[in-house]
Amino acid sequence: MIHTFIGDLGHLFVILSFVSALVAAFSYFKASSLEDFAHQKQWNTNGRIAFGIHTISVLGIVFCLFSIIYNHYFEYHYAWSHSSTKLPTHYMISCFWEGQEGSFLLWLFWHSILGIVLMFTSRQWENKVMTIVSLVQAFLASMILGVVIPLVNFKIGSTPFILLRDALDAPIFTMQPNFIPQDGNGLNPLLQNYWMVIHPPVLFLGFATTLVPFAFCIAGLWEGKYKEWIKPTLPWALFSAAILGLGILMGGYWAYETLNFGGYWNWDPVENAVYVPWIILVSSIHAMIIYSNSKAALKTSIILVISTFILILYSTFLTRSGVLGNASVHSFTDLGLSGQLLVYLLFFTIVAIIFAWYRWKSIPTTDKEVSTYSREFWVFIGITILCLMGFQVILPTSIPVYNTFLGWIGIISNIAPPADQIGFYTKFQLWFAIGIALLSGTAQFFWWKKMDKTTLVNSLKTPVILTLLIAAIIIALTGISNPAYMLLMICSIYSIVANGSILIKTLKVNPKLSGGSIAHIGVALMLIGILASSGYSKVVSLNNTGLLISKEADDEFNNENLLLFLNEPRTMAGYDITYRGDFIEDREHGIFINKNDFHTTKYEYEVVAKTNISKEGFEYYQEYDTIEIVPENTYYKIEYLDSDSNLFTLYPRAQVNEAMGLLASPDIKRNLGKDLYTHVSSIPNPDEEKEWTEMEETEIAVNGNFFVNDYVATLTNMERIERVEGVNLSAEDVAVKATIKVQGETRDYFIQPIFVIKDGLVGRIPDEIPDLGLKITVLNIHPEKGTIILGYSTTQKSWIVMKALEKPLINVLWIGTLILMLGFTVAIFRRYSEFKRA
Amino acid sequence: MKKSHILAIGIIAVAVTIMISTAGDTSSYVTFQEAKNIAENNSSTKVHVVGTLRKDDHGQVQDIHPSPDKLSFSFVMLDENEMAQEVYYNEPMPADFQRSEQVVIIGSYNKDLFVADKILLKCPSKYQEEEIKAS
Repeated sequence: MIHTFIGDLGHLFVILSFVSALVAAFSYFKASSLEDFAHQKQWNTNGRIAFGIHTISVLGIVFCLFSIIYNHYFEYHYAWSHSSTKLPTHYMISCFWEGQEGSFLLWLFWHSILGIVLMFTSRQWENKVMTIVSLVQAFLASMILGVVIPLVNFKIGSTPFILLRDALDAPIFTMQPNFIPQDGNGLNPLLQNYWMVIHPPVLFLGFATTLVPFAFCIAGLWEGKYKEWIKPTLPWALFSAAILGLGILMGGYWAYETLNFGGYWNWDPVENAVYVPWIILVSSIHAMIIYSNSKAALKTSIILVISTFILILYSTFLTRSGVLGNASVHSFTDLGLSGQLLVYLLFFTIVAIIFAWYRWKSIPTTDKEVSTYSREFWVFIGITILCLMGFQVILPTSIPVYNTFLGWIGIISNIAPPADQIGFYTKFQLWFAIGIALLSGTAQFFWWKKMDKTTLVNSLKTPVILTLLIAAIIIALTGISNPAYMLLMICSIYSIVANGSILIKTLKVNPKLSGGSIAHIGVALMLIGILASSGYSKVVSLNNTGLLISKEADDEFNNENLLLFLNEPRTMAGYDITYRGDFIEDREHGIFINKNDFHTTKYEYEVVAKTNISKEGFEYYQEYDTIEIVPENTYYKIEYLDSDSNLFTLYPRAQVNEAMGLLASPDIKRNLGKDLYTHVSSIPNPDEEKEWTEMEETEIAVNGNFFVNDYVATLTNMERIERVEGVNLSAEDVAVKATIKVQGETRDYFIQPIFVIKDGLVGRIPDEIPDLGLKITVLNIHPEKGTIILGYSTTQKSWIVMKALEKPLINVLWIGTLILMLGFTVAIFRRYSEFKRA
Repeated sequence: MKKSHILAIGIIAVAVTIMISTAGDTSSYVTFQEAKNIAENNSSTKVHVVGTLRKDDHGQVQDIHPSPDKLSFSFVMLDENEMAQEVYYNEPMPADFQRSEQVVIIGSYNKDLFVADKILLKCPSKYQEEEIKAS
């Protein structure tokens, strides 16, 4: 039966949320423009009620969509395409943001919460700020509206509550309109990761919070209070920068743990599209701080706050309109919303420009020339560098946009993004980072007192000497030789030393003011972490033989991958690396079970133990136990022996996914100094039939030995069995199972072929040991002699191709991130208490 | 001259440098013939070529040759003008390579062989399934 009610209810909530957002925007607009206090109050109440209804409807949409996913109503397209019956509940939350509609919903959700908070905290700003917020909500709600305007036949938005039969043009629905699929397509396996449960909400909260500074700024321009908006904005902007930064880095951390491109940042357009707004947001905070201290940079603050929000809208347009096409690996699929997204982007761009233009002349400025020895001057240089950093990234990221727009006016453009993206971006970002590190150290000294040449030299003397000392030691120890890297290292150390000395001073005077120096120490640590882990990432599996690949090409190619056969160690870059077999995760205990130790059954999720399975002395399963497994992932056990004879094991995993091919995820050995990162790059194709050698035969009695593929094998047992998987045995039928022990290089294996006589016909069920590339069949049984005839054939041993990288000091990046967040938190409290006092 | 003017000139200078550098570093989507011409003039420029794999009448992909050690492979790609070209890639073959609808290779000619530094695959759409299993 099709559950139409829940979907209709959801759709009703969508429409209600759209209409109530419009009503709220109109009411707040009225309240903003009326002079008369009583009327103003009345419209304000209307606005509050409408926004309250809006928030309730957004929660209603979330509830309806979640119950569709949770109850597995596969008659709905959203549940069918993003979930499945086997999906654990905690990943059902991730289904929300796999689809584009759900991620709009997440954005709407955060805006509603923020709207409610603003309603009660923004005091005299409420009416104007909430007008902007409600208007943005109306635009966002329209994205999931899914309403077709009659006559012009124009569809607005894409609803998550569409039924499968309406979304797909499948023939089955003409015959059976009420057909409901048994199971859904499931969640993208790469998203089945705990980081993917928390990273998108954090990132979207970051996106959502950029609206608050924008709304305050526009409200300020509207009201003609050109400076007063900064006080309430500053804590919000800091909060936004903290959350957005955290969201971005969580994404990087997820990529590092789950994807296999060997790092946390790839300069992919989708990544760039959030990096740029964040950089501009950080620069806007600096501009607002300059303003709070010296009444300068007001216009700069206005431009940067507006730019941040517009860039967020632009990044939404980039990633969701389909304009990126081939340029990105992970943009959303096109839902036909590009027009709507463009209108959303242009509307707020134009509104912001009109307000700023109209008020430009009346915005107060300072005419006095800034001194080179003032903090404003140096922070302003810092803001400039941040903006240039953003500009350098957004310019090439927008290449697909130029091509599209040129296409619209009839010019065919074939510009492609730079071929070596990492090299291209690093070339500039590295030097900008050097500038940031230098300034973030130096500008802090100006913060504290009036400076002239002598005091500056005096206060810089100690930190500079200390820096050079530390840097000399580090450079000598690590052997950094690239001049640019060396400079970045020195400048980052300088920033840590300088900010560290400021931090010690502030902690004595007033710990509340320490946010800035803590945050800058965090940034400097991040720079060191990035420099070391990216600049000095070493391929452990590098094959330096330099093969000449063909007569046509005369260059030699070094391989960065390594072919490993089972149990055959290879020595590489100071490690002995051995591949030890394929493992599957057990669902109950989370232990890894060797694929040779169980029989598969007709249920993908269940296997039967071939032998007792124990780990570290504890016996988890006995022979014949049924084990519930997680069948998707195979874990490849790789043993490392380093030069100090430390033995450790990594389990990189891979799954062969029908829709997406080989999905390999790394396993990482985390050390304080460096991470060792390993992933498989190629495995034997599971669909391909193995090539077996011609079968050889041997006649053997119980406890007799024989040689097979150079391994000693023993027939340990013969027994009659009552049940055979997939065969119905009657009373007259006979089934015999042979158990043969094979002594491999590292352990014993058991192989259990079955011989069946059913209805007078002979059936033979062979068994395999994938590790040894061995298959044995019971060919015949001679009860009179007490012997059996075994047939055995061999195939290529298991192999994998893997890649291993060393990532030095990557933990410094993660630690730096946490310190940066701490700095933001301290600063938020300080600026919020300033706002409350005001 | 005021300091702010010097600063403004500095910003403009850096911005122009960035723009020129970006324009210089952008690659382009070309055919094999154009790529060859580029290689003959200036061998180091990397280009993007969009194409498909060569298939026989039964839709089976042809002419894929993994190296014996499985660490690299070469294949024949047809560009938009159906021109065939052998391409070498110094990485193991991506698992979904043979099922790709469209291949974008980034690299340059090395004599008569196209050496790809990077391969982007466009696979049958991941989420927009047309088939429903009626079971």
